[in-house]
Amino acid sequence: MTTHLTARNAVVVAMIAFLMLVPVYAATTGNTFMMTLFTRIIILAIAAVSLNLIMGFGGMVSFGHAAYLGIGGYVVGILAKEGIDSGFVQWPLAIALSGLFALGVGALSLRTRGVYFIMITLAFAQVVYYVANGLDRYGGDDGLTIQRRSEFGGLINLSNRTFFYYLCLALLLATVYLVWRMVNSRFGMAIQGARSNERRMNAIGFPTFRYKLICFVIAGLICGLAGVLLANHTNFISPQLMHWTRSGDLIVMAVLGGMGSVFGPVIGAVALLVLEETLPHLIGLVTHVFTGKEIAAAKEYWQLILGPMLLLIVLFARGGIDGLIARSRNG
Amino acid sequence: MKHMLLAGCAVAALAIGVTVPTVAQQKTIKIGFVSTFSGPVAAIGNDMRNSFELALDHHGRKIGGMPVEVIYEDDQIKPEVGVQKTQKLIESDKVDFLVGYIWSNVMLASLKPIVDSKTFTVITNAGASQLSGELCSQYVFSTSWNNDQTPQAVGTYMNQKGVKTAFLIGPNYAAGKDMLEGVSATFKGKIVGRELTVWPTQLDFSAELSKARQAKPDAIFAFYPGGPGIQFITQYAQSGLKGQIPLYTAFTIDSLSLPRLKDLALGIPGAQHWVRDLPNPTNKRYVDDYRARHKADPAFYGSQTYDAVALLDAAVKAAKGDLTKKDVMRDEVRKANFPSVRGKFKYGPNHIPIQNFYLQEPVKEGNEIRLKTVATIVENDQDKHWQKCPMRW
Amino acid sequence: MLYLIEQSLNGIQLGMLLFLLAAGLTLIFGIMDLVNLAHGSLYMLGAYFAATLIEVTDSFVLGIALGIVATLVAGMVMEMIAIRPLYGRDHLDHVLGTFGLLIFFNELVRLIWGPAGLTISLPPEMLTAVQVLPGVFYPLYRLVIILSTLAVGLLLYVLVMRTRIGMLIRAGASNREMVGALGVNIKLLYTLVFGLGAALAGFAGMIQAPLAFVQIGMGENILILAFVVIIIGGIGSIRGAFVAAVLVGLIDTMGRAFLPDLVRAFLSYSAGSSAGPALSSMLIYALMAAVLVFRPEGLFPASNK
Repeated sequence: MTTHLTARNAVVVAMIAFLMLVPVYAATTGNTFMMTLFTRIIILAIAAVSLNLIMGFGGMVSFGHAAYLGIGGYVVGILAKEGIDSGFVQWPLAIALSGLFALGVGALSLRTRGVYFIMITLAFAQVVYYVANGLDRYGGDDGLTIQRRSEFGGLINLSNRTFFYYLCLALLLATVYLVWRMVNSRFGMAIQGARSNERRMNAIGFPTFRYKLICFVIAGLICGLAGVLLANHTNFISPQLMHWTRSGDLIVMAVLGGMGSVFGPVIGAVALLVLEETLPHLIGLVTHVFTGKEIAAAKEYWQLILGPMLLLIVLFARGGIDGLIARSRNG
Repeated sequence: MKHMLLAGCAVAALAIGVTVPTVAQQKTIKIGFVSTFSGPVAAIGNDMRNSFELALDHHGRKIGGMPVEVIYEDDQIKPEVGVQKTQKLIESDKVDFLVGYIWSNVMLASLKPIVDSKTFTVITNAGASQLSGELCSQYVFSTSWNNDQTPQAVGTYMNQKGVKTAFLIGPNYAAGKDMLEGVSATFKGKIVGRELTVWPTQLDFSAELSKARQAKPDAIFAFYPGGPGIQFITQYAQSGLKGQIPLYTAFTIDSLSLPRLKDLALGIPGAQHWVRDLPNPTNKRYVDDYRARHKADPAFYGSQTYDAVALLDAAVKAAKGDLTKKDVMRDEVRKANFPSVRGKFKYGPNHIPIQNFYLQEPVKEGNEIRLKTVATIVENDQDKHWQKCPMRW
Repeated sequence: MLYLIEQSLNGIQLGMLLFLLAAGLTLIFGIMDLVNLAHGSLYMLGAYFAATLIEVTDSFVLGIALGIVATLVAGMVMEMIAIRPLYGRDHLDHVLGTFGLLIFFNELVRLIWGPAGLTISLPPEMLTAVQVLPGVFYPLYRLVIILSTLAVGLLLYVLVMRTRIGMLIRAGASNREMVGALGVNIKLLYTLVFGLGAALAGFAGMIQAPLAFVQIGMGENILILAFVVIIIGGIGSIRGAFVAAVLVGLIDTMGRAFLPDLVRAFLSYSAGSSAGPALSSMLIYALMAAVLVFRPEGLFPASNK
């Protein structure tokens, strides 16, 4: 984690610069969808960074991280439906509830380890998923349209897309910084120590359970914030937000980008979602080159490539994209 | 040789020089089409797409004299996917019109970006009550109905048949709730049970059918569109209830499910605003050509989508090809002055059709089972939500 | 009372289906220590194979039989190519790698069979209900599911408890290194176990298909339920999987049957319809969480690991 000019840092800087320029591109070309897409990517990157804090550094593989997206989103949606538009109420409440939920889940789950931990976090997320399904007043399975974005007493206007984009980006960078500071603190060292040998960390006097719980709650808080942003971005929330495959997607982002670094999940989120948008076109292009015409049907099957790619990354590129970049420099 | 090559180049250049401006002048109309092309209800999306394509062919692949490009998107029956696809069509593809939407919940979720961007939209199935009421919108038209109108007609028919007690069942989403409301609005007997099941994942109705048996009603009313409808009727037969408790349906038996259900569908009535044998020339051409092309009857989903092309054609013609004149297009469509496969109809102030509803029953015709219009249940029916819609014209 | 019996049968039938899926999952988990999210894909593949083979052979029984063989082979091939390198890796790798496989199989099925899905029609003679007790009518096909699954369960029991392969499987579950040291071809054993699990999952998919729909992603929700079953039952324990599967099946069905009315007694009709099924699903996950907190090894822990 040095701040020297390495290939890794160059990529980080380039990525941030790129993200900063997206609205400029959108404004000059009129392609507003580009900004919509990248707003979404940035929000999910926040969620992935928070997951990576507990998964990559704390060794706590949470298979229910999408639940916080849902809690954050539903607090905004429910309050908006009840006529409380103020972001000063919505945001703190959403984040606090996410943290509270993380506290409860963490307190129970952290007693287990390995696959049991994976399963218990999944179980709690499923409970929240079904709670949302059962909320008839707030749309149940159908979800809920949010008619107005959070209001901040006229101070800022979230309906301004460019502003909202930069707000999300700023929050992402703040999150990355916060996690980076945490990971490199005494607290972070203890967490990472506990991942490899919890008993020893306990023996030398670290209250590892409490440390891990705090870490788990902080990740929940951040992801709750991502949920708030996502609800404001899409103006729509539904239980699908926390379907278990969503939690899987977040894990994929973190691992794809690289769990070893704080910024890795950002790269992962960008890579995965950009791939999702462009791979169909790439396949179309390839079929065009080989057959002389674009086979429309082939474009739909881009996930056929994504699936095995994940497996290959697991098998051969444990460090994810970040690991590849770091290695390309070192050797 | 060299001269020939030069001449060739000159001709080519000339050709390009001549054709490019005309292409630029002739703007292409871009239409975004949102429907479901995957999963147990994919047949519905295909029926809609087939009918839309057929209608475009009947119009010489032109709308208001302008060439058409259609972008089909699959909503996977998920509201959140529907919104995303809608947003993409509006922002990235910059479509001139949106057409489609099978599912009330998907449509309701997608409505905000549609209304915010003032995209001229023809909804060719989804009939959520909110759209007919408080969420009605200037540039959003329906070629279908409000959800509760069809089951209301079924309820009326159940009264005619002397049904005294009924058990109602449908899926738990926006339309399912509307449907059960609809049938209970007109049905005069006693409702001895109502069930809403998880949509669209629950396909096993064992617990609910056991409940229905336990309730001992005179009749069961069911609303299950697409593949789940096939499953419901099969399990109704399997449970031995067929023959004991008669079944009345809305949007459950259609031309898409009949080839799968075969004899199981016989004796199960339903209501619809359109049946494939309605005697008008527009309908005859549609059904005959559809059968010739796809070797099967179109379903009502397709009929509503077929109408969308005539609607848009009338709108674009009225605006003389200037797609920014949305008010002109809107005013033209309000007249409902285009040929519809259902025959003549009017638009209510909320842009929902005022139309007849017919009793339909599956009958054997040779080796095939087809739907037949038996009677008219209600004439010129208007939905009961229009007063909640602020639009007046 | 008769109604209660009928609903219990519904619950048991669902439980039986879960058992088929969970039995394979728990064997694979217990013996190879592999978390396999792609197990639901085998459930889906089984259904697609059977739907196609029933169409081709024009025989329901023959189609199912060939379908089981096809899924067995598919499972073994999958194990040799994609699963084998995952043994010995940590659970996160399993989750991620098999999640990739799940995505892959969904797309593969879409490529081969198209997005629309298939249906399996029952033979007409199955479309009736039989009287199982005086006054209790039950769909014949559901009865067939219960009985055939019980038979499969019994067969599995005999295989595991009474045969040499079964002995190795049990030995492998409690001490992997030892079995290897005894000179048993552990690779082949793993491939066989995986194939067996695949066949069980495929069988579950194909017998459920006539009551549902053969579609992409059909295994995803039921897979998570199967995981719940094996956690509650105890990883590696077939007996535990059986008991837990019936338990989960009963909770789900009874919840669907009674909870909506219970909620309606307090809230509106519409609220009950939404909250009822959600509550019964929640109950299942709450049960699993409780088991994990208070009895992490499950209700029937497999013999000391």
